[in-house]
Amino acid sequence: MSEHPQTYTKPLPSLQGLSGAFYGWCARGELRFQRCSACARWRHVPRELCAHCGSFEWTWERSSGRGKVFSWTEVVRALHPDFGDETPYAPVIVEMQEGVRMLSRVLDCPPDALRIDLPLEVQFVAVHESLSLPLFRRVAR
Amino acid sequence: MSHPLRDRACIVGIGETPVCRKPGSGRSETALQLEAALLAIEDAGLKPSQIDGIMPFPNLGKAEVFASNLGCDNLRFAALLTLGGAAPVAALRAAAMAVATVVAEHVLVPAGWNGFSGARVRETAASDPDSIPGAAIARDFYLPFGLTAPPQWYALMARRHMHEYGTTERQLGAVALAMRRHAQLNPAALMHGKALTMEQYLASPMISAPYRLFDCSLESDGAAAFVVTSAERARDLRRAPVHVMGAAVGQPYPADEICGRPDFHRIGLTSAAPEAFGMAGVTPADADFAQIYDCFTFEVIQQLEEAGFCRRGEGGAFVESGAIELGGRLPVNTSGGLLSHAHLLGVGHVVEAVRQLRGEAGERQVADAEIGVVTGWGDFGDGSIAVLRR
Repeated sequence: MSEHPQTYTKPLPSLQGLSGAFYGWCARGELRFQRCSACARWRHVPRELCAHCGSFEWTWERSSGRGKVFSWTEVVRALHPDFGDETPYAPVIVEMQEGVRMLSRVLDCPPDALRIDLPLEVQFVAVHESLSLPLFRRVAR
Repeated sequence: MSHPLRDRACIVGIGETPVCRKPGSGRSETALQLEAALLAIEDAGLKPSQIDGIMPFPNLGKAEVFASNLGCDNLRFAALLTLGGAAPVAALRAAAMAVATVVAEHVLVPAGWNGFSGARVRETAASDPDSIPGAAIARDFYLPFGLTAPPQWYALMARRHMHEYGTTERQLGAVALAMRRHAQLNPAALMHGKALTMEQYLASPMISAPYRLFDCSLESDGAAAFVVTSAERARDLRRAPVHVMGAAVGQPYPADEICGRPDFHRIGLTSAAPEAFGMAGVTPADADFAQIYDCFTFEVIQQLEEAGFCRRGEGGAFVESGAIELGGRLPVNTSGGLLSHAHLLGVGHVVEAVRQLRGEAGERQVADAEIGVVTGWGDFGDGSIAVLRR
């Protein structure tokens, strides 16, 4: 966990509803995804209903936290004022061992070191007292 | 058996305003669109009061406002399709349905904006997060990580395609160069008189890799419009009608989220194109040209693949072969498109298709063009497509 800055000015997710539940686990240092209680399929982003079997029942199941790079883009010119101080940076699609994919970033990794299938592990970064973002770092395979 | 909507509707009027960047149009987006609408209505030989259906572009105006300005005192059909840049061609299909079922007689489809001098697309995520497709998903799971704007969404798709199929930066560049060459034959194009070489393309500043500046469509001011009526009614009007042989709309799955798609390369056209060609009773090989929504270069490659002009994974080689240039197998975006003419939100692509099928495209005319295809692309990969004939 890194020290969180006094004022975090970047866009924040909603901490209500399903998003709030997802980030609530993140604040406790746990990456959890929804898993359908009826058909056992994992899913992300969070949704009310299992699109495979129609069940409203799910549990928040803990992820291995491990995944690999599925795709990325290196943002050289920020297209949002809040990210102008971060360029270059790279939003990354991470494919988790559980099969779901999520958008995140890789810490301590210059964008030109990114490769498809690069192994990653989640690392939470607290941005304020009630929010930690699930970011990733490189790991040896 | 023939599809019940095949050849039942026609485009009978087109209009396009001058386009510009600096210093900007100096006019409201409503005024720009009304000018294009009047040009299209006049082109059709109609009076504005005869327009009884209007399909505006999402977030760029309300049917009531168009109707009130134009004097359309018998507006019977108005609908808004929230498909981003796929909306105008989707509106063409909806308009065809409306006129074929006599719900309306003359439907106007306008679009236009101050894309240069007004609010830029790239700024809207900051000022209006609800404007992003999949608004809550983007707010909660994209924006916090810095994924904020269209070239970034689509760059994720392009990068994966490059990995799986070996698509190259020079192949993306081949799209930019082809559109730019076509713009040299279109005096109205913003990039007329500004040739582009591969060296210049590769040297242009990176925006969101693999997208460079010249992979991105123009930010420009201008408007365009078209008018649709039934095939029966079209016979009485002044211009040679352009028939809607087939048209369809589709979405990727899931449409509101990019990262987790089971088939990452499936887009709206993947299902819409076979439907439209089937309805038209022709194949992609029958098309004499295509106007492909070119918001970014890779989207042209991907749409060519998913529409069936080549197989998935072969789009890079297809564009690099010169097939998409005038004189090639399938000339694409003969006006210069969004990349080198102007960003007219997809209505410009319909207008250019009609010009080609009327034989009025001047120096850039595709010889003996009989059948043309026009596509739209919007949001997270929504797609629309129409197969047109003269």
